[in-house]
Amino acid sequence: MIRFTRVSKSYPKTGTAVHDVSLQVNKGEFVFLTGASGAGKSTLLKMIYMEERPTTGEVRVAGTSSVTAKATDVAKLRRKLGIVFQDFRLLEHRTIEQNVGFALEVIGAPDSVIGGKVARVLTQVGLAAKGRALPRELSGGEQQRAAIARALVNDPFALIADEPTGNLDDRATRGIFQLLREINAQGTSIIMATHNLELIRRNEFRTVEMARGQVVFDSAEPSLPGTRTP
Amino acid sequence: MSRAFRDVLDDVRRTPLLSALSVTTIAFSLFALGLFGLVALNIRQALEKLEDRVEIRAFVAAGTAPEDVGQAASDVASFPEVQSARIVTQEMALKRAQSELGEFRDVFEGAVLPGSIDVQLKPGQRDPATVKRVAERMKTFSFVDDVRYGEEWIEKLYRLRNIAGISGLALGLAFAIVSVIIIGATIRMAVLARSKEISIMRLVGATDSYIRRPFLLEGFAKGVMGGLLALVLTWIAQTLINRYVIETIFFTPRVALLGLLFGALIGLLGSAISVGRHLRRV
Repeated sequence: MIRFTRVSKSYPKTGTAVHDVSLQVNKGEFVFLTGASGAGKSTLLKMIYMEERPTTGEVRVAGTSSVTAKATDVAKLRRKLGIVFQDFRLLEHRTIEQNVGFALEVIGAPDSVIGGKVARVLTQVGLAAKGRALPRELSGGEQQRAAIARALVNDPFALIADEPTGNLDDRATRGIFQLLREINAQGTSIIMATHNLELIRRNEFRTVEMARGQVVFDSAEPSLPGTRTP
Repeated sequence: MSRAFRDVLDDVRRTPLLSALSVTTIAFSLFALGLFGLVALNIRQALEKLEDRVEIRAFVAAGTAPEDVGQAASDVASFPEVQSARIVTQEMALKRAQSELGEFRDVFEGAVLPGSIDVQLKPGQRDPATVKRVAERMKTFSFVDDVRYGEEWIEKLYRLRNIAGISGLALGLAFAIVSVIIIGATIRMAVLARSKEISIMRLVGATDSYIRRPFLLEGFAKGVMGGLLALVLTWIAQTLINRYVIETIFFTPRVALLGLLFGALIGLLGSAISVGRHLRRV
């Protein structure tokens, strides 16, 4: 479970990025996080995997509190989360298998375990035949599938996706979204930041909209002040 | 650790030029340190040779019974600071003067020189204060006319030794700091070349110590390789100096090994600083 309690985040130079946000994401939920650029979506996501800590308030993720977590606690938390970005963030000189296995390598998993797990997730994301390819040999959609495979290989309880379809064409977007739905159907929570209103309209998932660092709409709480249809 | 080792090899394979540049840079900074060390070692050796010549000479009054002089010499020899006490009779003193000042041999014809007790001090006991203390004790023998030990010369020698020691330490420290900075900069290049990898490592839950490991190993290996190369260069330089300039001594195997360890240590330190700074920033 992920819970934000009266969370604000401000930076000395750019001012307030997130202001007084309280939010809860339950196990197995699919949540769209939307809003204009600079609305605070990415900052909110970064606070989930604790790359950023709130200036005030508390973020609690699977029992880890942003107030008390040490660096090792954050590292352990991230092993329970999957994180996906718009720009894929794959290592260019490593094959797709090695990129996916990298997430297991760095947490000290034995080689005997890595091979099996990598093969399983590559099959899950539809890249079983592309394991030996280098990222540059794949299309954008395939690269994002590889990034999702890397995020999934540790069996995370939640997948944090920051604009995962932002660099993709419509067809690849549909493919990636379908993949995320399937992952969610297996019980993994998904929090996906997106600008794609069409995608949001076509799917009946919880939608949280942000503007100027605040939550202005949450379909799970229609009574929220300022609520409007996104 | 095997993964860290594999990472280092991968890194060297991917960026051979950068790795070679790092090792060469480290080697040249350690070479500068090695040359300085060689100079310091030889100055120290020369000063030690001079120190061996520190001697206290207590002149014995004419007519003193040889038994008294013998007894006094054995008393002096038992002083904790004293290495040896030798009796020089009047005849021996004359012969010595004639052989040391051969050109003025004739001047000594028929001369009478006083006998003496010549005292050598133990190494480490040849500082001006100790020499003076022993000399003062020797003056207390009733038959001792005068005690000479080249007070001014010893003080100059010690001042020179202290200056050499302090400037050696300061310059050595400065070279070591420069080496650490250079090694830090070369490792920093390696860190920056892998910054994307480091950020992904962090995102997927690698601890900072896991991220640091290959860089520390790399710094250590580069320090050792640079140290080895520097040692070879220093040896070549010393051989050339010996052949064309002046006879010098080289480091003992133990000191050479210490130099290598020092290279490894500054490699580690440079890496630790660079990676630490990077991890704090990202």
